[in-house]
Amino acid sequence: MNGSAIAVSGLRKAYKDKVVLDGIDLDVRAGTIFALLGPNGAGKTTTVNVLTTLLTPDAGKVVVAGHDVVTETKAVRAAIGVTGQLASVDDLLTGEENLLLMADLLHLPKAEGKRIADRLLDRFDLGEAASKPAASYSGGMRRKLDLAMTLVGEPQIIFLDEPTTGLDPRSRRTMWEIIRELVAGGTTIFLTTQYLEEADELADRIAVLDQGRLVAEGTADELKRQVPGSHVRLRFTDRHALDVAAQVLPASTRDDEELTLRVPGDGGVRSLRALLDRLDRHSIDVEELSVHTPDLDDVFLALTGHANTKVNAR
Amino acid sequence: MNVISDSATMLRRNFRHTTRNPLALFNAIIMPIVLMFLMVYVLGDAFSVGVDYADYATPGLILTTICYGISPTAIAVNSDMTTGFINRLRVMRVSRAAVLNAHVIGTMLRSLAAITLVIGVALLMGFRPSASFSQWLGVIGIVVLTVLAISWLTVAFGLASKSPESAGLVGVPLMLLPFLSSAFVPADKMGPGARQFAEYQPFTSIIETLRGLLTGSPSAGSAITAIAWCVGIMLIGWVWARASFTKRA
Repeated sequence: MNGSAIAVSGLRKAYKDKVVLDGIDLDVRAGTIFALLGPNGAGKTTTVNVLTTLLTPDAGKVVVAGHDVVTETKAVRAAIGVTGQLASVDDLLTGEENLLLMADLLHLPKAEGKRIADRLLDRFDLGEAASKPAASYSGGMRRKLDLAMTLVGEPQIIFLDEPTTGLDPRSRRTMWEIIRELVAGGTTIFLTTQYLEEADELADRIAVLDQGRLVAEGTADELKRQVPGSHVRLRFTDRHALDVAAQVLPASTRDDEELTLRVPGDGGVRSLRALLDRLDRHSIDVEELSVHTPDLDDVFLALTGHANTKVNAR
Repeated sequence: MNVISDSATMLRRNFRHTTRNPLALFNAIIMPIVLMFLMVYVLGDAFSVGVDYADYATPGLILTTICYGISPTAIAVNSDMTTGFINRLRVMRVSRAAVLNAHVIGTMLRSLAAITLVIGVALLMGFRPSASFSQWLGVIGIVVLTVLAISWLTVAFGLASKSPESAGLVGVPLMLLPFLSSAFVPADKMGPGARQFAEYQPFTSIIETLRGLLTGSPSAGSAITAIAWCVGIMLIGWVWARASFTKRA
């Protein structure tokens, strides 16, 4: 499958008089990971619900897997799989029964359903827990089972609404591995997250959603470049070296306590070499040099004008 | 088109829930039996109802059994809504009717099993029905109609509730209603207010119909009233359930 897996233009959605999505445009290439990044209440889940046919948009055109979500709901549903924010597994059923339930509801032949269930249990390392009720699973296992249930139907496009929220770091890594494998197999992934690190780690393209509007879209690197603040940090052995360096590099800001100097610059090789040459000419000894490119936290702050509180809390 | 096979699949799931959580069935069976002991052995002799008290109380206990077993249905329906399970099913193109049908049919089977057991215990305690075969069929018919009515209303309540906890409360008024009917004491022995309420509430006509059939002297009047009540409640429950389901899911 080539081209767009998801194409959205002018999507609007309001609940009564509260506007949740205020004109969203998105284009997700097939076979890629797209991350919708935003704080709580930005409209991420509403976007997923519209894209997965659970909510009807008020305005705009939403095409998923080549079909309009409003007029060709059935065709869209046949092509997608959704794993929601709450792990929607049946607690009283075992892991295996949960998967077989999905197979039955997809009207797969019994033997095939069993084969797919076994394969998924094996792949997600749930084989040992297969005959235990899902209620006894850990958070990470529930998420894996939840995703496995979504995969029974072999969807082309998978929507993951905050797939790692509430997981411990190790389970999060496992989930990331699984997501990468899915894309390697040709699946398109649309994920929402409030973790900048996660979007940075996984996504081919990232859109930043804030209060119902997209405030930026691009690759992680493109987003980082939109934010001024790349700098080189120089540390010196003594006060004298710092004084001289500060005179030579007038655009810099100094920190007397740390004996450091912050030099604005993009951190590219050429400018770095020019900087070092200049220090050399004045025989200034540098103890340590480090290049700082802004991470997505900085991007978020710069783009939305307010911090992503969730990230700060972590 | 897939309504039947999807309903069957969902019913198997609900059946598993009952076996994994036997307390639900246990409540539906034990509570009415405890109540029966209380009524027949402890209090019954103090009431003069004109017939053997076990014969008098059993129809009411059948209804009580339905009411005591209904809370798990409301909780299960509500959990499906609040845990997002329903969204998974919707995206999978599972027939929406199948989800609710399975809950109603599951409740029906659970209630019938509990009622059978309760009648068995009643027989041991001196209940001597004199119904003919066709009158027994009538009993089954009224019981099925009553369960349908109460379970559709319960499903609707479960759908409309905010949380499983509040959904579980549906059982409370249903557990009290039999006491304000002719289940254990004839309505004309009650105080003013309670008597009028007992005479006109749906449970009384259902119980009187069952009592008539079980003693071999059915009354057409109360049967028609009972059937009308059941069909009416079922329709209200069904329409309410459909509306809440469309709104929430």
